[in-house]
Amino acid sequence: MAKALSQFTRQLVAQNPVTHQILGVCSALAVTTSLDTALMMSAALTAVICLSSAIISFLRHHIPQAIRLIVQITIIASLVIVIDELMRAFAFELSRALSVYVGLIVTNCLVLGRAEAFAMRNPVAPSLLDALGNGIGYSLILIIVGSIRELLGHGTLLGITILPIVADGGWFQPLSFMQLAPAAFFIIGLMVWSIRSLDLSEAEIAEYDLQGERSQG
Amino acid sequence: MDEHQTAAPRPPGGESPAKIMTVSFLVALACSLVVSAAAIWLEPRQQAHLEAERAARMAAMLDTLPGMADVLAESGADSLNTYLVDLSTGQFIDDVPPDTYDMTAAANDPETAVAIPANLDIAGLRQRAPLAPVHILESDGDVALVILPVSGTGYQSRIEALLALEADLTTIAALTITAQAETAGLGARIEDADWQALWPGRQVADASGQIVIEVVRGQASGPYEVDGISGATRTGNGITNMLHYWLGEDGFGPFLSRLRDEGL
Repeated sequence: MAKALSQFTRQLVAQNPVTHQILGVCSALAVTTSLDTALMMSAALTAVICLSSAIISFLRHHIPQAIRLIVQITIIASLVIVIDELMRAFAFELSRALSVYVGLIVTNCLVLGRAEAFAMRNPVAPSLLDALGNGIGYSLILIIVGSIRELLGHGTLLGITILPIVADGGWFQPLSFMQLAPAAFFIIGLMVWSIRSLDLSEAEIAEYDLQGERSQG
Repeated sequence: MDEHQTAAPRPPGGESPAKIMTVSFLVALACSLVVSAAAIWLEPRQQAHLEAERAARMAAMLDTLPGMADVLAESGADSLNTYLVDLSTGQFIDDVPPDTYDMTAAANDPETAVAIPANLDIAGLRQRAPLAPVHILESDGDVALVILPVSGTGYQSRIEALLALEADLTTIAALTITAQAETAGLGARIEDADWQALWPGRQVADASGQIVIEVVRGQASGPYEVDGISGATRTGNGITNMLHYWLGEDGFGPFLSRLRDEGL
């Protein structure tokens, strides 16, 4: 249990899928213009990854090796369609804002990665916990990026004014750059950089030593 | 990496073809049942949202139309009337309530649907409803504005729109796309207000009455052309075909010529 719990907490920061494994960045760029879309996407992805990991782990002894990827993708794609349908029925406005990105959860490496690397080899409970950790780790990054972008781009959070903007008689000049995709790149990049600076075990060994190469040559 | 790794993955080829077939069949069956059940169960709710959105777009379109506010202020809010038109004769039909008439359902129901002759079916619809609800804004008993529901086939989806014509029945007052599922970022830009703002003032027909309005590739020249969206040529062609069909003899053609000759 302790081991399972550590597997869960590890995913949140140290092994975070976005900042450590650099997975799911595409959607992290696209849906973080405001906090509400980031929250909705987080909920959708966490639901899909938990359900798919649990189902795939449950079936893992019966999935033939030869067609395991097809089976995994079929299960994940079906779950994504159901979640997309649910959102269009119960959260219509947000599903319009998220447009194709809910459907693109199918191609999110994070979901298939956890299915293939973990759920295929482990019992249901640890797989579910691992998926939940990854889902929440992904959500954490999306929520941080979404909050920064909405706050600095519009001066609001979830549509509530936090920083009164100049156009409405306040003092805050919104940074329209924050609403563009490169802003998310910069924020995620800075997060990766700060995590790696603080935790030296994350630092990668240089593949080539330029000094050494030169002396040999 | 994973402490829980208990069993090494089995080598490929260890399973019999029968097992592979059975598992893939069962997975496909279960998944398709789940997806179909969700789609059927949730459809009424999704349709309700789409209907509400369509109504909101209709209202937004009416707000932006030129002179709309003046006419309504002069003659009261009830001067926008909805009539049901028999498409083949162009006459109004009085015995069916126009507000509840569902064109899509009537076009899909084999009982009521009218087949479109293949040589006329440029919009790719195959069949249409026999009747169509049109909204007419009246000013002192004359037509000030006619709003026609139109639909057609784009690159990958069915496009539905409202076309508003001014009193001369030739000048476009507005085109509002009410439903489409074209490629996001390309064809789907027909929903953008910027693109729809290109339509007011364009002419659907030339001096001889021939329908000539066209979404062109690149820049429009002249009153009969509208700028295309780059990367969405087939969506633009779909819009052109949709307008040519619905303004033509199998669409609202008989109705528009009756309106032009006889008035309301």
